[in-house]
Parts: sequence; C-alpha cells; structure tokens
Amino acid sequence: MSETITGAEMVIRALQDQGVEHVFGYPGGAVLPIYDALFHQDKVRHILVRHEQAAVHAAEGYARSSGKVGCVLVTSGPGATNAVTGLTDAMMDSIPLVVITGQVPTYLIGSDAFQEADTVGITRHCTKHNYLVKDIADLPRILHEAFYVASHGRPGPVVVDIPKNIQFEAGAYVRLADNQHKTYRPAVQGDPVRINAAVELMTRAQRPVFYTGGGVINAGPEASALLRELARLTGFPVTSTLMGLGAFPASSPQFLGMLGMHGTYEANLAMHDADLIIAVGARFDDRITGRLDAFAPHARKIHIDIDPSSINKTVKIDIGIVGDCAHVLREMVRVWKETAPAIDRQRYAPWWADIARWRGRNCLAYRADGRFIKPQYALERLEALTRGRDRYITTEVGQHQMWAAQFLHFEEPNRWLTSGGLGTMGYGLPAAIGAQIAHPDALVIDVAGEASIQMNIQEMSTALQYRLPVKIFILNNEYMGMVRQWQELLHGGRYSESYSDALPDFVKLAEAYGATGIRCDKAEDLDAAITQMLDAPRAVIFDCIVDPAENCFPMIPSGKAHNEILLGDAATDIGSVIDDKGKALV
Amino acid sequence: MSSIYSDAPPPTPEFRHTLAVIVDNEPGVLARIAGLFSGRGYNIESLTVSETQHEAHLSRITIVTGGTRAVIEQIKAQLSRLVPVHRVTDLTVEGEAVERELVLLKVVGQGEHRLEALRLAQAFGAKTVDATLKSFIFEFTGASDEAERFISLMTDCGLVEVSRTGIAALSRGAEPL
Repeated sequence: MSETITGAEMVIRALQDQGVEHVFGYPGGAVLPIYDALFHQDKVRHILVRHEQAAVHAAEGYARSSGKVGCVLVTSGPGATNAVTGLTDAMMDSIPLVVITGQVPTYLIGSDAFQEADTVGITRHCTKHNYLVKDIADLPRILHEAFYVASHGRPGPVVVDIPKNIQFEAGAYVRLADNQHKTYRPAVQGDPVRINAAVELMTRAQRPVFYTGGGVINAGPEASALLRELARLTGFPVTSTLMGLGAFPASSPQFLGMLGMHGTYEANLAMHDADLIIAVGARFDDRITGRLDAFAPHARKIHIDIDPSSINKTVKIDIGIVGDCAHVLREMVRVWKETAPAIDRQRYAPWWADIARWRGRNCLAYRADGRFIKPQYALERLEALTRGRDRYITTEVGQHQMWAAQFLHFEEPNRWLTSGGLGTMGYGLPAAIGAQIAHPDALVIDVAGEASIQMNIQEMSTALQYRLPVKIFILNNEYMGMVRQWQELLHGGRYSESYSDALPDFVKLAEAYGATGIRCDKAEDLDAAITQMLDAPRAVIFDCIVDPAENCFPMIPSGKAHNEILLGDAATDIGSVIDDKGKALV
Repeated sequence: MSSIYSDAPPPTPEFRHTLAVIVDNEPGVLARIAGLFSGRGYNIESLTVSETQHEAHLSRITIVTGGTRAVIEQIKAQLSRLVPVHRVTDLTVEGEAVERELVLLKVVGQGEHRLEALRLAQAFGAKTVDATLKSFIFEFTGASDEAERFISLMTDCGLVEVSRTGIAALSRGAEPL
C-alpha cells in the first residue's frame, strides 16, 4: 500500500508510524516544509527548545528515561552544527536518537549557499550512521531504517539530512514491513560455548565481582532484573559505572557503590583484589581503569558487550561474549541454575570480610563545617527528602555530578541521566526537560553547578513554556569545582580562570523566567528550603551556597592504580604524590 | 605517572596486515572508512577501492595497514561495526594472499640512459605504454617490493613521475572470500 505525499509529509508520517509522540526541535529556513506538515497534525507533539544543542540533550533525557528513541528536528547550517555536541554526547553514551536536519536544496549543495553546512561530513564521526537524502524515492526507507539503526545493536544517534527540495517533492510513501536495514544485523545472542565457559569460571572464583555499566540499562528493564537475579543466585558483590547506576539497587547489601576515579574505596579495592571480574555492558573506560598496567592484576575477566570493538579495546579479556546483556544474562542465569554446584557461601566469607573492612573506612565521610553547607550534606538532605518518590535525576558535569553519583541512591534503571563519556557541561537542564516530557507527573531534579547551569540556562524558557516543574538544584561553590580541584592538586593552587565571577542572582534569574527562585546558605535552613522546592508546582532554581573549597573524594589520582585511592582524610598529602610528568598529561 | 589519563603504553611489535572490506557502494562510504582510520589514529599504507559487484552495489576496499596485534584487532572490530560494512577479512591471517599493484612510470632521457631504462623495463617485465623520442611510460604490475626495486633503479635512469594504484589482493586457493 503506497500513497503519494510530499517529502515533508513523509517525515511526519514516518514519525507517527514509529510511534513518536514528542520531537524536540527548532525551526529554520531549510525545515519549514516539515514544520508546515507538523502544523497539520496533532499526533506528534513538538517541543520548542531555545538552542539546538539543548534539543539533542532533551531527546537524550527523553530516550534514557523512557527507553524509547529520542527524536530531534533542526534546520540546516547552524541548526545542524549546534546539534553536534549533543550528537557526540549521545554517541559516547550510546543513546538512541533520530535527528532530522534540513539541508539546502540538492542543486545548491556545495555552492556555499545560505545556511549550508556539510552536515553528513561534520556528523560522520559523531553519529552511529548518517544519511543525505538525494532522491525522494529513498526517503521512506531511510526514515524507517534510521530508527532501526539507532535502536539496534549498540544504540546511537542517526542523522537524516533532507534537502529542502526533497521535502517539497511528492513521492510514494511505503512503510517497510520490518523496517530493517538491508544488511546491518548486530549479534544479539551470546555464543553458548563462551557463556558456559564464563559460568564455569564463575563457579570457581574465590573473589568475584560484577562490574556493570550503561549497557545493562540500554538492554531494557529486563536486563536489570536478570542482573539482580544472577547476583542473588551467585551472591557476588556488584559495582557499577557512572552510566550503570540504578541497574542494580543501591540499597542491596551486595552493592559496593560506583567504581572508578571518584568511586568508593570498597568498589575500587574489590576490583583491584578480585580474582574474577564479570563486566556487563561496561567498556573499561579510562575513568574506571586508572593505570592500565596495574588494573585488576589478579583477575580473570569476562566481558559481555553488544559491541565487539569494546572487547579487548584497552583491557585484555579472557572470555569475551558479544551479545545483548539481557539475552546473555538470561542464558547465564539458566546455565548457572542447571550446572552450578551447590556452592558453600562460606567460600566467599574471606572476600566479604575484606569488603567489610574496606567499607569500614567510610570513604564518603566529610567534615561538617559550621560556616558553610557542605555539598555532600546538601545532597544527603536532597536524598533523604526525595527518597521513595517517583524521581529522575539529571546532572551537569563536574564535582556536583560525582557527589550526586555518590550520595543519591538509585533503586531502578533509567532514573539517573548524566553525561558520562563526553562530560558535557550544560547537559542536565535540557535532559531534565526531556525526562519531564516523558514523565509529566514525576519529580525531575537537575543537580547542577553554578558554572555548568549557565551553559544551557536559556532552556528555563522551554521549561516555563511547557509548564515543566523541573527542579534545578545548584551546588554553588563559585568555582568550576572540578577544574579548581585539579588546579589545587596539580597546579600549585593557581586557579587560572576557574572562578565563577559575575554570577547572576539565580533567584532573580528564576523570577525573570517566571520560575521560583530559592537561595539557601545555612545548613539549618536546608530542609525547609528543599521542601519548599519540592512543593513548588512549577520550575525552581535552587541556589545552594556551598563550601567553595570542598574537594571530591575518594579519588584515584593521576594514573595511579585502584589500590592507591585517596580518601578525604588524606587530602593534605595529595600534592606530593603527583609528579611533573602527570601534570603534563592532564 | 600522575595524569587523569594513563601513560602511553610501552612499544610493542607492529605488523603489516592486508584487509579486504566489502561495503555497500553508497555515497560517503570511503570517507567513513578513511575517517575511521584518521579519527582513531590508525595507519593506512595503501587503500584501493572499486565497485566489484555492480548489481549488488558492493565495493571492495583493500587496505594495507600496520599496527600492534591489539590495534589490528581493534581496526577490524571498528570497521565491522560501521553500518554499510558487510564484512572484513584479514587476508594476512588467512595465509599469504596474492598482492599486486600497478605502477606507471615516466622516464625522460636520451642515449645510454634511455637504453638502460628500456633494458631494465624488459628485465622487470614492464610494458611500454607510451613512447616519444625523449620519454617512455612503463606499466609495471607486480608485488609491492618488486615495484619498489623497479622504481628505485629507474630513479637513476631519468625517472620523473610515478603513479601507483595501491594494492589489490585475493586470498590463495579455491575458496572465495
């Protein structure tokens, strides 16, 4: 069944057929026909952002919190180039997006026409795949293929660049029955031989640990449930990357907290001393491994990942299993139940005793200060006052992000939205908008810093336009905190350009946008102020004035191994352990 | 030892591999492959591309690259995950592949130089595809090291210009790729 419609109508029809309910975008000359087609229907709702970068981050927040493909519509030239940071962010964190960009008419491509940019050229490296549509006959196939490619295999952003004359042209619209790509078929099922071998290794381990990442969340809620079941069956401890938080419940006694550069003492020491690491949907990122030649020196390594290029990329793997986490975990659960001998849990008692000892260091402890609110305290109170709520947390990037990962606790997947791989300041507010669109009745909080929030502050206007009651919780230390921390530790306390000078009055700024502004600078006022924020029926900017000198610990400094992790109490010694070579490499 | 990034790895032996990559012949596919190599810091020693199955719109790209074993494995994995890539075959792992390239050489000279150039061309089995009273263009087909020797000898016989196709390669034996 085909019918003849214009290219612009095909775009909207394809979105409808794909079940897209929301598209984040910004109009412009080269997408006007698509905006016109949008005007004539009400199935796909358009969310008008204030900057194209924010459109992509909002779609990421929408996708990450809902499990759906996020959708973006922007114009040619500056519309597309503004989207590049968001695309790169989605690429690094494996977020499925379909981003439709307008382009100058085909006959003007290459002539430096008004608002022309080589969008497919520019975005080739920051997308999973991209298309320039030069023939109306290809458009329906490409649109549906884009959704398939974005969401199958390792997810990622797909750009479809559509010249304006193609949008006007009429052609036959057909929806392919399977809307698959003609050849792209990523492996989903893991190799049974390797799965058996992996389970066999697991039954023999003395000091095992699960190291789980964002791939578990991308594989859907079922993967998280299976991870919990496998952890329950085996009794092994579990640590998670920044991207994986929530796949395993933070409240479980088996959970060691986040690992890596600012991960917990117990998680990092467990990785270092383990004799078996089972990596599930995690990619041995350099923030996780620290010094590679000292990474988990005693451990055999099993790695489950849907992307074959992740296996053996930086760390040598003993058993690599290419497949979707949910499929592989289901098989592992089955094989474990069928074949694992009744293991005496006493075998792990020395291992758990080690872990208990490490936990005893109480690595997240901080010293309260009569003068300032400690950022850790602010987050502890935020956690306490929002626990049990239908809650989504987004963050910007920096110290506040790490503290949020340490002090906020996640029981379910898809509740924690943060820019992990790319580390994009300005991610949090638009991502919160996307999450709030997907979950209108939920509590959505952007934990921010006073520097990061200014990178996409214009999105306050979007939040107000759509009456989105997002809460922006700024830990305001008047510094780009993580930069300041590194300058303190590595550059002799020379705080080059990291002071947040000329800050706006965030309360007045909130009011200027029509939101609620709250400032708090005393620990004793904090609970009441947070409650006021939570009770507000609309968007809030909460300016929480915190200790400007506080550093984020634990910390694996500078090319050190996991067992050389520094705790807060050791902070005064930290300068001496960092040499000149390291300073050059930062 | 103290960076937020790990130190550079110690030097490890590098190997030369020839990869055959079958791709959809669609716009931008070569840019995708070449961009992957430049973006991830891999080497390309030689790259040839042409449509080999017209009806199926398939092209064959032959890439000669070098790197440590781990890097070669990474290159293959990274190539394989590009959406328009059908498959990647490491011809070096499959066994000694037949590798050939075509070289065109322009040689200018008179007298003894000219005669010597002609004798060498004959010895190397090169064809004379163009001749004037002052110049020749020779066409040489063969293995790359043979081509290198031929080119270096010709340098002393008035070589003024060289054009090389890069390597085309097939695995030996009856089995197709």
